[in-house]
Order: sequence, then C-alpha cells, then structure tokens
Amino acid sequence: MHDRSLPAPGRRAFLQRTVAGASAALVPVFARAQSAPLTRNVPKTGEAMPAVGLGSWITFNVGSDPVARSACADVMRAFVDAGGRMIDSSPMYGSSQDVIGDGLRRAGLTQRVFAADKVWTSSGAQGRAQIEQSRRKWQVARFDLVQVHNLLAWREHLPTLYAMKAAGEIRYVGITTSEGRRHRDVEDLLRREPLDFVQVSYNPADREVEERILPLARDRGVAVIVNRPFRERALLQSLAGQALPGWSADIACTTWAQVVLKFIVAHPAVTCVIPATTRVDHVRENLAAAREPLPDAALRQRIVAAVERA
Amino acid sequence: MSEWWTYTLSDFLLFSPKTYDRLIQLYNLAIWPAQAVAAAAGVAIIALLASAIPYRERIACTLLALAWLWIAWAFLWQRYAEINWAAPWLAAAFAVQALLLVVLGGGLALPRGGREVAFAIAVIAFCVGAYPLLAPLSQRGWPTAEMFGVLPDPTAIATIALLAAGRARLRWVLLLIPLLVCAVGALTLWAMDDWRALVVALGAAFALVPSWRRLNPPAGSSP
Repeated sequence: MHDRSLPAPGRRAFLQRTVAGASAALVPVFARAQSAPLTRNVPKTGEAMPAVGLGSWITFNVGSDPVARSACADVMRAFVDAGGRMIDSSPMYGSSQDVIGDGLRRAGLTQRVFAADKVWTSSGAQGRAQIEQSRRKWQVARFDLVQVHNLLAWREHLPTLYAMKAAGEIRYVGITTSEGRRHRDVEDLLRREPLDFVQVSYNPADREVEERILPLARDRGVAVIVNRPFRERALLQSLAGQALPGWSADIACTTWAQVVLKFIVAHPAVTCVIPATTRVDHVRENLAAAREPLPDAALRQRIVAAVERA
Repeated sequence: MSEWWTYTLSDFLLFSPKTYDRLIQLYNLAIWPAQAVAAAAGVAIIALLASAIPYRERIACTLLALAWLWIAWAFLWQRYAEINWAAPWLAAAFAVQALLLVVLGGGLALPRGGREVAFAIAVIAFCVGAYPLLAPLSQRGWPTAEMFGVLPDPTAIATIALLAAGRARLRWVLLLIPLLVCAVGALTLWAMDDWRALVVALGAAFALVPSWRRLNPPAGSSP
C-alpha cells in the first residue's frame, strides 16, 4: 500500500508542480500583456512607443535636494515599471537633466528609457557642445531624440542634428513649440524638413493643432509628442469642481486627468503625450490612461464640451 | 523672443513653490548661525543711523555690502543657480551692488535725526525683525523664514530704506539694483501665487518714500 500510494501523490505533485510552474511562467506574460500601455509607432521607423511618456518641466527641477531627488527617482521607477519609455527634458529646465540622470542611474533604468532632449541656445556653434553637456547630465550613451527647443535658431541647429543622426550620435531629430506659438513656422518646417518628431501643445482646451499641424504631421510621417496636456494643472483645477460624467466609465477613466490623456492619445496623429508629475500615484494613473478603450469621435466631442463648460 | 506678447509671468517660472521653499529651508539649515550674525548687523545699522558717529554712512554701507556679497555667493551662486539659470546674472548684480556700496556709500550724506532717518530705521527694523515672520504667517514654517542679510528681498528693502534717507544725488545710482532686485523678487513670488509679492513690492515702494518726497517737495517748503 505504501508502495502503491507513493506513485499517486507523486504524479499529483508532479502535475501540480508542472501546472504551477507553467502558470508562474505564463502569469507574468499575461500580466505584462494586460498592463502594457498602448503603443504608437514612430512613423519613420515603426518603433513602438508607449503612448504616455513623462515630461520634466518644473517637476524635476529640484536642485540638489536629496529628498526631492529621491522622489523623482521613485517617479521614474514607477513610470518604467508601468511600461513607460519616453522621458523628455531640456537644458532650459534648470536641474532637470541632472535629476533625471541621477535618478535613472540610481534605479538602474538608464538603458530602458527613450531619452528625448532638446538643444536650446541661440548660437548654432554652441549647439553640439550643449547637446554633449546634456548627454553627460543624463548619463546616457546617446540621446534617442534631440529637438530644437521652441524653434530657437533652428536654421543653425537642424543641420547639426541631421549630421549627428547620420553619424549615429542620435536616433531622431525633432522640433518643439508650446502654447500655440509659431505654428506657421512649425507647418513650414513640417513641409520642408525631414523631421522625425514634432512636439506641440494639445489638450481638449487647446485644439488649434487639430486643424493643420496634426493632419500635416500624419501626412508627412512625423511622430507627434504632446506637451502641456493639463496646461500645467490649470485645466485639471478648472475641472475639479465638476463630477466625473457617467460616460467616463465607458472609457475606463476614474479621474479627469485620465479623460484628458485619453482624449489626446485617441487622436490618430499623436504618438506620445508627456505629462509631468512629482507623484508616483499620478504617474501610475497617467500610464493607466494608455489603455483601451479610447474615446471615439462623438465621445471626444463630449469631452471638449465638458472642458468648455468648466 | 518671438511672439513675446503670448508669454505670461508663469512661463518664466522654472520651479515649483515647493522647490523654492525647500531651497530656502536647506539653505537656512546649512548656514546657521549666519542668520544671527546678519540680524546683529541689521541692529548695528539701525544703531548707526540713530547715532551721530563719524563715518556712519561708510560703516553702514560696508555692512550692507558684506550682506550683498554673501547673498551673491552663498545663496544666488551656490544654491539658487541650481534651479534658475538666470541666478548667476542676479549674483553678478549683487556683487556689483556690494562694490557700489563700498565705493560710493561714504558719500551718502545721511541726515542726523529727522523724519527720513526715523522712517529708514522703521523699515530696516521691519526687515530685520518682522519680515521673517511672513513665512510662518503663510503656513510655510520657520525653516523657510527669509531673513535680512542672508536672503535677497528683505536685504534689498532694507538697503532701499537706508539709501533713500541719504541726501546725496548718488543715492539714485545706488538704488537702481535694489529696486530691480525687489521687482524680480515680487514678480517671482507673484508667479507662484504668493501674497508676499505684495509685501516686497509695497515694502520697496514704501522704503523709497523719503527720496521721493525730496524730489517733489511740498509747495513753499525749503530745499
């Protein structure tokens, strides 16, 4: 009996271990599939880009304050853990580049992010040196994307960036603007220059880019990064008094921030939106907005109407 | 800067109010007890104003110059520049002001007694004794208190008060940078929705009153 009884539990144990092992192996795959954010392809290369990134304007400019730096590192860790990739900064953003470089190195994430930075100097001759200084602050081998910040001295910087791309020193070239400035110049450059990325402001309250820039970027195969999705909190503050409408549940939103982000991500020309935050719960909430279902055209109109009422 | 009319004050604010408060908090902790030394210097300047000792202008302006130089180095250059790329320019302005105070301060021609001096003493006493209270009054806590002699705004207001009491015309040369510093300080606070912006702006304007009154003497009054 003892001998007979042995094989049965052994088989059960074997089967249990096998099933458990297979489950353990499969669960993370399913979990990853479940939790992975929506991606959009960079038109020029087809590279998949999570649709929600991380901005650093104001939020990561914390100087050498060790407590605040640690909090920024936590935000970046949570961002990457939730499937985020693109982090965007600029030499204009005070200590943000140092804080990003320090946080990524401490969290061991330097190789896992899509490093997007800018060149911001009126001197074309100093552009390359500034990019190198920025790269050292980020502590990355190279930038994935370098953009001409607010079109400052673009005539001088774009040839430098194209040369750096050709030499493999950066991967993509872009331009930026914000708050609706110089849209005619942006349009002109989208038509004339072989750009990979364009960065503009876009949200349910600032929709000027819908008319010409977003369609043009799509036609020209230029990836679109969206900055100031919340108008630096002002948009969310104006919505704070309004209860979340019932239809927000139809697109799996639990906050106004998610409604706004889904509105942006749902535009077919948009590649990535880059909200900035200092809070881990907010970065998770933002990444959770990069999920199906997204609002259709009718629901996007309702979002606009809700924002205009606020 | 193209399309300059589209920019607002907040577009030039590179940091959050929280970061600014933390910067001052960490600075205050790092430099203690420099605040006590600076406050003692403020009391000494008040005593000099109230006294009739020779070279009191030169001594008072030298004490102020040391404060301006300290702020240029310890606060603006070493700390504020971390979060504001314009801070080195501000530090240079502070260093220039320190130099001007040392070189020109002796010729300020402060009156002995009178309303101008009393007014200056009152404003400087406010900067030394009351201005630090604004931090706890605005729910920020003592560690973020801005004190005369170690941080720009109360130092600039006190400097305006001292200079405005002087009778020499060169006071206007000496007043230029402190007024500019108060304007920058008030605008920075305003961009952070901080009511202390009004204290800085009104404090600077108030401190300037003696100079302004002498520019526009009441009809019938002697020069």
